[in-house]
Amino acid sequence: MIRPDAPVLLEIRDLHARVEDKAILKGVNLTIRAGEIHAVMGRNGSGKSTLSKVLAGHPAYTVTSGSVHYRGENLLELDPEQRARIGVFLGFQYPVEIPGVSNLEFLRVATNARRQEQGHEELDTFAFEDLVRERLKVVQMDPAFLERSVNEGFSGGEKKRNEILQMALLEPLVAILDETDSGLDIDALRIVAGGVNQLANADNATLLITHYQRLLDAITPDYVHVMAAGRILRTGGKELALELEERGYDWVDQELAALAAEVA
Amino acid sequence: MPASLAAPAAAKGAWLDAWLATAPAASGELALVQQRGREALRQRPMPSGRDEDWRFTDLSLLQTLPLTAASAAAAALPEVSSGALRVNWNGSADPLADQALPAGLQRLSADEIAQGLGHTLAAASCEQHWPVELNHAAAERVLALRVSSRSQVSLELVSAAAEGLQALRLLLLLEEKAELDLSQLIEAQGAGLHSLVIEAHLARGAQLRHGLVALGQADAALLAHLAIEQEPESQVQLTSVSSGWGLARLEPRAVQVDGAAHTTLRGLQMVDGQRIADTHSFVEFKGPEGQLDQLHKAVAAGQGRSVFNGAVRVPRAAQRTNAAQLSRNLLLSDRARIDTKPELEIVADDVKCAHGATVSSLQTDELFYLQSRGIGADQAAGLLQRAFCEEVLRELPAAARSWCSLERLLEAAA
Repeated sequence: MIRPDAPVLLEIRDLHARVEDKAILKGVNLTIRAGEIHAVMGRNGSGKSTLSKVLAGHPAYTVTSGSVHYRGENLLELDPEQRARIGVFLGFQYPVEIPGVSNLEFLRVATNARRQEQGHEELDTFAFEDLVRERLKVVQMDPAFLERSVNEGFSGGEKKRNEILQMALLEPLVAILDETDSGLDIDALRIVAGGVNQLANADNATLLITHYQRLLDAITPDYVHVMAAGRILRTGGKELALELEERGYDWVDQELAALAAEVA
Repeated sequence: MPASLAAPAAAKGAWLDAWLATAPAASGELALVQQRGREALRQRPMPSGRDEDWRFTDLSLLQTLPLTAASAAAAALPEVSSGALRVNWNGSADPLADQALPAGLQRLSADEIAQGLGHTLAAASCEQHWPVELNHAAAERVLALRVSSRSQVSLELVSAAAEGLQALRLLLLLEEKAELDLSQLIEAQGAGLHSLVIEAHLARGAQLRHGLVALGQADAALLAHLAIEQEPESQVQLTSVSSGWGLARLEPRAVQVDGAAHTTLRGLQMVDGQRIADTHSFVEFKGPEGQLDQLHKAVAAGQGRSVFNGAVRVPRAAQRTNAAQLSRNLLLSDRARIDTKPELEIVADDVKCAHGATVSSLQTDELFYLQSRGIGADQAAGLLQRAFCEEVLRELPAAARSWCSLERLLEAAA
């Protein structure tokens, strides 16, 4: 939902970042307002996953210039845990398995860290179980998964549902979902997308990072951005995703070549 | 020249000479054993880095420890669970003096002790190991118990000691299909040396579930030999957890006398500061179709040092043995050190023997995943460390489990 007067939640300006010695992001600009759903599309290696990790504060990535503000606050100064607590959520492309850490306990500690930041009371074990059982419905997840170790032995679809469950518990204001559709069959995709749609509202925003159009059949974006060579090359409405699906990414190369020629 | 003169006097240790000179005269039921042990200590040098089995483990801490007899201290423990017998055991007084023994548990007679004592140590090829001789020299009594056929017994042995020397010796006979749940605590509450020798003989079909929790401090050392003889169809699960000792050396040694038994070994040792923890395990299959399932874990922080050596012997008679050994180590500091080594001797040709070792620090991806959900870096590291340890802790018998929360282990380690 586009409302020009809605508050800006995330403001990315001329963001440059590298991993080890390799520059990946080369000037990303993006403004996200409350209520909006954005999709960033692009080929493998275009920098879209790096963008998600930089926003979440992954230690392997170094920001070399540019800025990111979240509700006016300099996001890049904050530790990953602090970003999560104030409402920035990253749904992982490959959720990490953590043997020996109970999923239920993990979800409770995470939820309480967010609640504490919001000035809410921490939930004890019983109150949390009530909450989590209610939120399980968002992704139609079997409660048995709460008793297991975090993501251990989960199928690809179960891991992604667990990500959306975390999102449902943490109630972020900006949710960045990195290739949430990868590795999902049609049924799982429908459930996961249904969860994301349920959680989207006028006060929060969603940034979908995806390779394929099919996720966007299930979640309708307000804006589609095409990323290439570390920046956003073109921005449009949902029809841009359809155009990409039809024409492929070859035209992106042509535009890049044209840009390079201009610079030269 | 007699061997005793060939060895450099310093190698035996002036501290040990001084103790041998002033120790009370050998007396009581173990007088002969004590005399032999003291003679052995006089004859033989203390192990040093030149001995392969002690290559990584510096014993110099021992020379600084007080060796007067330790007095018992109180351990802060939860109430004993119903049906279990808890015994405070310091090695000198008779721990069963005022105790009514539960059905199925009896003391061994003097004749039975004379017959059984040392048998399992010899079977496990360790009766002349230096720490065993030290125990021989020092231990005044043996706690000798039988679990009668088809009985089920839960026993808790608590040995908390103030400053000094505590020497504990235990002899267990489990008759056919007897079952014993043994939770054991050794806790140092002062500087000192804690010596433990256990012999357990399991008849056919017997089951021993033994959890040893050993909580030390920087100026205390633990030297423990846990020798087990298993007849076919018997099952042993030995889980040991140690933390805090300036020096801890554990030697679990299991021999399947005719194969066809099941041995499960679990170990967790935690070192921080400049502490050393060393586990040398030994499992021998003397007949076919035996099984071993072993997991040893270590957490090394500060400048701590962890050593694991896992010997497994599978001679020709031990066809169709199935043995798996895994050593997993968590390195929390770049100044800590971990040495881990499997030592497999396999002669039989139709066997499955797997072994593996990993040494890693906390995984960046796991930490980041937890942090990205709002969990602080320290808390995330704590959760991951807890998960690492929990895999061993959860295998302890219930009573032993209740004695060693991870917090308590970490507190002891630091």
